[in-house]
Amino acid sequence: MENKANAARYYDIHEEKVFNSGHQACPGCGQALAFRYVLNTMGPETIAVVPPSCAAIISGPQPYSSMRIPVYQTTLEASAASAAGIKRALIARGKEHVHAIAIAGDGGTYDIGFQALSSAAERGEDIIYFCMDNEGYMNTGTQKSSSTPRYAYTTSTPGGKPTKKKNLAEIMAAHQIPYVATATVGFPDDLVRKVKKAKEIKGTRVIIILTPCLDGWGLADNASVKISRLAVFTGIFPLYEVENGVKYTLTHGSDGTPISAYLKPQRRYRHLTAEQIDTIQQEVDEQYDILLRRVKCFA
Amino acid sequence: MISKPTAMLLTGNHAVSYGAMLARPKVIPIYPITPQTPIAEKLTELQLSGALEAETMTPESEHSAMAACITASLAGVRVFTATASQGLMLMHEMLHYASGARAPIVMANVNRTIGSPWGFWPDQTDSLAQRDTGWIHYYTESAQESLDTVLQAYRTAEQVSLPAMVIHEAFYVSHSLEVVEVPSHAMVDSYLPPFTPEIMLDPSINRSWGNVVNQEMFWRHRKYLGEAMEQTLEVAAKADAQWKELTGRGYELVEAYRCADAEVIIVTMGSMAGTTREAVDMMRARGLAAGLLKVRLFRPFPVQKLQSLLKGVPRVMIMDRNFSPGLGGVLHQEVKAALYGMKKAPPLYGYLVGVGGLNVSPALIEKLVRRTLREKAEINSIWVGE
Ligand SMILES: Cc1ncc(C[n+]2csc(CCOP(=O)(O)OP(=O)(O)O)c2C)c(N)n1
Ligand code: SF4
Ligand SMILES: [Mg+2]
Repeated sequence: MENKANAARYYDIHEEKVFNSGHQACPGCGQALAFRYVLNTMGPETIAVVPPSCAAIISGPQPYSSMRIPVYQTTLEASAASAAGIKRALIARGKEHVHAIAIAGDGGTYDIGFQALSSAAERGEDIIYFCMDNEGYMNTGTQKSSSTPRYAYTTSTPGGKPTKKKNLAEIMAAHQIPYVATATVGFPDDLVRKVKKAKEIKGTRVIIILTPCLDGWGLADNASVKISRLAVFTGIFPLYEVENGVKYTLTHGSDGTPISAYLKPQRRYRHLTAEQIDTIQQEVDEQYDILLRRVKCFA
Repeated sequence: MISKPTAMLLTGNHAVSYGAMLARPKVIPIYPITPQTPIAEKLTELQLSGALEAETMTPESEHSAMAACITASLAGVRVFTATASQGLMLMHEMLHYASGARAPIVMANVNRTIGSPWGFWPDQTDSLAQRDTGWIHYYTESAQESLDTVLQAYRTAEQVSLPAMVIHEAFYVSHSLEVVEVPSHAMVDSYLPPFTPEIMLDPSINRSWGNVVNQEMFWRHRKYLGEAMEQTLEVAAKADAQWKELTGRGYELVEAYRCADAEVIIVTMGSMAGTTREAVDMMRARGLAAGLLKVRLFRPFPVQKLQSLLKGVPRVMIMDRNFSPGLGGVLHQEVKAALYGMKKAPPLYGYLVGVGGLNVSPALIEKLVRRTLREKAEINSIWVGE
């Protein structure tokens, strides 16, 4: 596992220029970084599907596009099915080498698009599904999704969300698909490696990328990378991969940093009581422990 | 491989499957629903036997099935799917996406009541509720016509870049056995060239679709869609004429049957057109001058054709096997609108018959014709039960 000092070295990977500057993300948005790492690693032999979300805004308004690949914008429910349709057509046309990917938000993945994703996974559709997880419906003004963590403020949970974040990585792992991974923009090497690995595998592959949202989380313009690293170091969003539903590998995890270090800089947690912070800490510890046991079990 | 035209005993649904097979679709995403299932079953059977070379896909819902149809079509291959009733309802959002993306998908819909309450009966409300989705809508009355129309639909849809729906009713058409002439692959290949769009989702072409537009672009996009619809009238008529040349079977977009000197013309769609044809023959034999006007193409709505065929007719009665609550029969309303302001417009009698799948017999049709001759026309559609 990488230590803090090591992780601070600058980002240096080979990139193919697929994602361009001039996109429409808020300046400092974590998701724009994820777009860059994902697309520039996928390369030009790729067709992307994007549903309504900040990803659709980042894709750019007609007739412009921030991506040098064909992009099809679908409905909020349909990303996985739309990507599968593209791949099936590519297979029928003898162009199997072209990748079909979906880039969807957490709302479009954990909630309204989940049915299509689960079915695509069950059918083993040959697609790579990227979930840009900013833990809420940001495009519509920060409402909760089932990815929103407990106690986080959103405009639909103004008193703080009373329930837990859905564990999508585990749900997708339970589909026993070849590859499920979590990643975040504060660990670009890790993210890029996972995208590369996914590219080499056939079947349904899902990468859930924590992408801090400045407005929705209440962060300073320069805070998205830092907060995404704290999410990992506190153990609330550990980075791991699951192959075929059984082989767990932790790539970056908790270094014991208390959860308050992650919660404090975020406006969405400003109202938390000490007790609530303790509850979150307990839940994080429990979940992290379960993950470590899974990793050990399959080591 | 069907090497020569072959007579087969087929249900309406299996006729659709044979039509689809002959079109050589490459991707078939499909979700089962009564009474559409035999279409899907026959296609997967044909695929397994090697008669059909296609990627079949079994998603979790009609919404996803249509989503996959759209992208597969945009990625450059011919696609086919089929649904009915609740499935069509679930697809509604994607139907708009399909026409917006100008994807020439062909889909069969088997008309069935929409819940609640639950029912399985022939009723055209499901597809008529999709009339504003930008799809071409064909209504057919027999297994043979359904097979032939699937192929005409591809020929038309791909020329105007619009999706097309071929619609027949539950059981009356979908499950009734008929002798159907299945054309040969060679005939169909000569009629329907391979689907090779110039623009498609492909890295070597690098074009995208669906990003956000401004008002002016949206306006222009809708206007172009409207122009394609207008063009469809001519393209579909030609596709029908060419099919007739090839097979001897043509249906026209609006068929006028024994309408000359008619005292009453009966306007209807789907299986009721077949029954009405029988009823017209019976009535004519008894000296009752009735005629049938079958609307086969419902979208684009052949307004001019209807105007010219109905001008100066003493009385016109419209039979609707559907219901738009708060308005009445959909075909009644559409015909009213089409004829509005026309000189020598006929009085219109709208009858809600067969709603919910009630049987519409030749005897009932004759009864309604006699009523039409007797009574004054009313603005609203009138409920009729047997
Ligand atoms: C069927 C449907 N319902 C609602 C919407 C409105 N809508 C657009 S984007 C969005 C939120 C998406 O949230 P998420 O997927 O997390 O993406 P984010 O905006 O956070 O990037 C919603 C609810 C829609 N486009 N379609
Ligand atoms: S709202 Fe949030 S996720 Fe969306 S572009 Fe802005 S910072 Fe990024
Ligand atoms: Mg989101």
